[in-house]
Amino acid sequence: MEKQKYERPHILRLETGMPGKFGMRNEPAPTTHIDGMAVSELAEKYGSPLFVLSEKTIRSVYRQAYKAFSTRYPKVQFAWSYKTNYLSAVCNIFHQEGSWAEVVSGFEYDKALANGVDPKKIIFNGPAKTREELLLATNNESLIHIDHLDELYLLIEVAEHADHRPRVAIRVNMDTGIYPMWDRFGFNYENGQAWDALNKIMHSGKLDLMGLHTHIGTFIMSANAYAVAATKLAELARLLQVKFNHKLKYIDLGGGFASKNTLKGSYLPGSDTNPSFNDYAEAISSALINSHFAPGELPMLILETGRALIDEAGYIISSVIANKRMSTGRRATIIDAGVNLLFTSFWYQHSITVAQGTSQYREDTSLYGPLCMNIDCIRDSINLPLLNPGDHLVIHQTGAYNLTQWMQFIHLRPKVVMIDEMGDAHIVRENEEMESITGLEKLPGHLSSIKA
Amino acid sequence: MSKPRYTIAVTGLNAIDSPGPGVAVIRGLREAVSFDVRIIGLAYESLEPGVYMDEVTDKTYLIPYPTAGTDILFDRLMYIHTQEKIDVIIPNFDAELYSFMKLENKLRDSGIRMFLPTFEQFEERHKVNLSEFGKKYKLDVPESIPVTDSYEIQKHIAALDFPMMVKGKWYDAFIAYNAEQARTYFNKIAAKWGLPVVLQKYVHGTEYNVTGLGDGNGNTIAAVPMRKQYITDKGKAWAGISIDDPKLLEITRRFVSETRWRGGFELEMMKSSDGKYYLMEINPRIPAWVYLAVGVGQNIPEALTLLALGQNPPAYDKYDVGKLFIRYSWDMIVDRSEFENFSVKGEL
Amino acid sequence: MKINPNLAVSESGFLFNPGTGESFTVNPTGAEIIRLLREGLSLEQVIDAFTEQFQVDRHTFEKDLHDFSGILKTYNLLEKDE
Repeated sequence: MEKQKYERPHILRLETGMPGKFGMRNEPAPTTHIDGMAVSELAEKYGSPLFVLSEKTIRSVYRQAYKAFSTRYPKVQFAWSYKTNYLSAVCNIFHQEGSWAEVVSGFEYDKALANGVDPKKIIFNGPAKTREELLLATNNESLIHIDHLDELYLLIEVAEHADHRPRVAIRVNMDTGIYPMWDRFGFNYENGQAWDALNKIMHSGKLDLMGLHTHIGTFIMSANAYAVAATKLAELARLLQVKFNHKLKYIDLGGGFASKNTLKGSYLPGSDTNPSFNDYAEAISSALINSHFAPGELPMLILETGRALIDEAGYIISSVIANKRMSTGRRATIIDAGVNLLFTSFWYQHSITVAQGTSQYREDTSLYGPLCMNIDCIRDSINLPLLNPGDHLVIHQTGAYNLTQWMQFIHLRPKVVMIDEMGDAHIVRENEEMESITGLEKLPGHLSSIKA
Repeated sequence: MSKPRYTIAVTGLNAIDSPGPGVAVIRGLREAVSFDVRIIGLAYESLEPGVYMDEVTDKTYLIPYPTAGTDILFDRLMYIHTQEKIDVIIPNFDAELYSFMKLENKLRDSGIRMFLPTFEQFEERHKVNLSEFGKKYKLDVPESIPVTDSYEIQKHIAALDFPMMVKGKWYDAFIAYNAEQARTYFNKIAAKWGLPVVLQKYVHGTEYNVTGLGDGNGNTIAAVPMRKQYITDKGKAWAGISIDDPKLLEITRRFVSETRWRGGFELEMMKSSDGKYYLMEINPRIPAWVYLAVGVGQNIPEALTLLALGQNPPAYDKYDVGKLFIRYSWDMIVDRSEFENFSVKGEL
Repeated sequence: MKINPNLAVSESGFLFNPGTGESFTVNPTGAEIIRLLREGLSLEQVIDAFTEQFQVDRHTFEKDLHDFSGILKTYNLLEKDE
């Protein structure tokens, strides 16, 4: 006789006021496949933990976003935010789709050049550009977004020695009714700093003022804040037209659109409450179209959306290492992906599903990563099926920031694979090996022999 | 002539000491003159009393918390719909309204009607937006200023004076008598409910409540004002009396016609010592004391159901003044097996 | 290890402790362990029975049973005099 399938024993006390968790299965279905590839096979072939990116999702989300804006506004240009995810495979999907590059350091600038991006289609943001970087960007005719007055003066100086006139915009910060207000980057709108900087640029006669830029914050849950920002930038553009008869080529509203992730402490899931591309597009386009610009003279609208374009396309496949009980009797589960790979778990309540079918029984558990560090907690409390060591979990919406902010801390970093539109997997970043880390080290001779 | 029979699903069956409105709504529905009902209870927890009250619910199902997301809620409602053929859902909790509003179109496509406020109405009546709401619709509201940093309190002392109310975005309200207290409450509330924290002018006076129903075109279909007679330590009315106050009714009609309010509502009003009425809070749903309105001649749940079904119920224009509601609690005896069944199967 | 003999265990996996008024739910594996313990089997015998009946190795089940009996103890579902 064949033996019965085993599930580990489980008992749950019904607390007063507790919902009937056994009656109601609130959890999403298991994620057995990603873009047609079995999660278990991916883990077996490429190891666990494993980052997985879906090319299909990247392209379809990009197209949704582009459609949302291009159906409402005549000239729309996305610029891929390198810091959100600068794996070349990811960047080049966006560049194939028509995105420019938006970079915030010399390193990212060089990376965009190496990816083959036309230098005129690189937007150079950030508060810390060196003289050399400014000169290179100027000679390449890239778009330089000035962050502060010191940079403005430096650039005027650089212009003297450059082959081309710098093509610039200024970054403007402003009150859009959201908290906290980001006022550490760029020039303030309300107190007149921004207008002052624009005057300096126009009077210098050495810079080509191409546009205006703002980046109002991150994970902005109110589409209306962008309407406020667009209106204020349009007003600056109007003043420039009146005073200098100068017409701007573009208005760049930066990034900051929320993805569908759920912020910690939110009562409702992000998929229900966060604005859609259509909401953002409607707010921004209406504000610009209703401003002073004559119909044929609307400036190009640039968007540096990062998070909302890539979060959904990223997954981490992870494996259960152990189950244990805390001193209070509480269940804890240790998995092989921790905050070293999932930086965003500090502020998101990531959706996590199992990769195999289960019974209807659930237990409340704390999910810990593999680091020997108390902060390594992926979810304080999550209702999961009864897991066994070796079972796979899939962590969802991990595409933004994790592949740039991850840490080589305690463990080496794993492979990243991308599943293409045909359903084939490609390694787009190898796992680190001892040599990847120690190869950069140098050991002074007197420290080479040891006793231990 | 036989009356039509509708299947109506109702939430808020927690008829406990700080009760949800569900049981009162159902009593109104059962007393409707224009239709008969089969009542489907929708419960979040297995100890909601309405689940076990046979004269209240015909059948009850557990539904997932709004935190699970609308997709999961929709799936569950569709399962219940295949069993029961629901005509109308009346959601009664603040916290679930957003989810049901999101699902309104999808549910309508499946043949389930609701009668809820619009997203715009839902958002702009929010505590944080109350001052602007008052300005926009020319209603007196206590001056309210959302602040995000405790140093801002100092700036607003002149305008608000002490004592002032310090209120959380969702819950909690404290009376501060000096700047030090205001800062302490600010920090306490900010830590618990996040920013902004609302500073509000304190209004001395007597509290009145109005429950009513707007048809979405600016018409007030029902409106009954009540003065609380006895308040529990949780601030809930335990007894109240219907009153005749033309001014309150006029403010209510103005609120409905200006906002073109769609659905049930409760206005919390304060009549100051100099006879001015201030709108303190707008609850975008039927209140737990709605059975008083039914009892004095305005069956709000019935009229709301008819509106949801696309009919045009006549507006109620009178009600009995001087009728009291006195709430009481009552112990049911329930067999363990019923609790077991509901806990394990999620339906009873 | 003796299970509290007064426990009422229903078909649906609902467990009621009349002594304390607490209710529990158990999955079928848990219910089976409780049933065997009530029949008076020792932990060793439970392990034998399980490895015979289910697709589980002795090592894994021993660990799970140890954890489960710990929880039964925490919930006061075992007889006191042990």
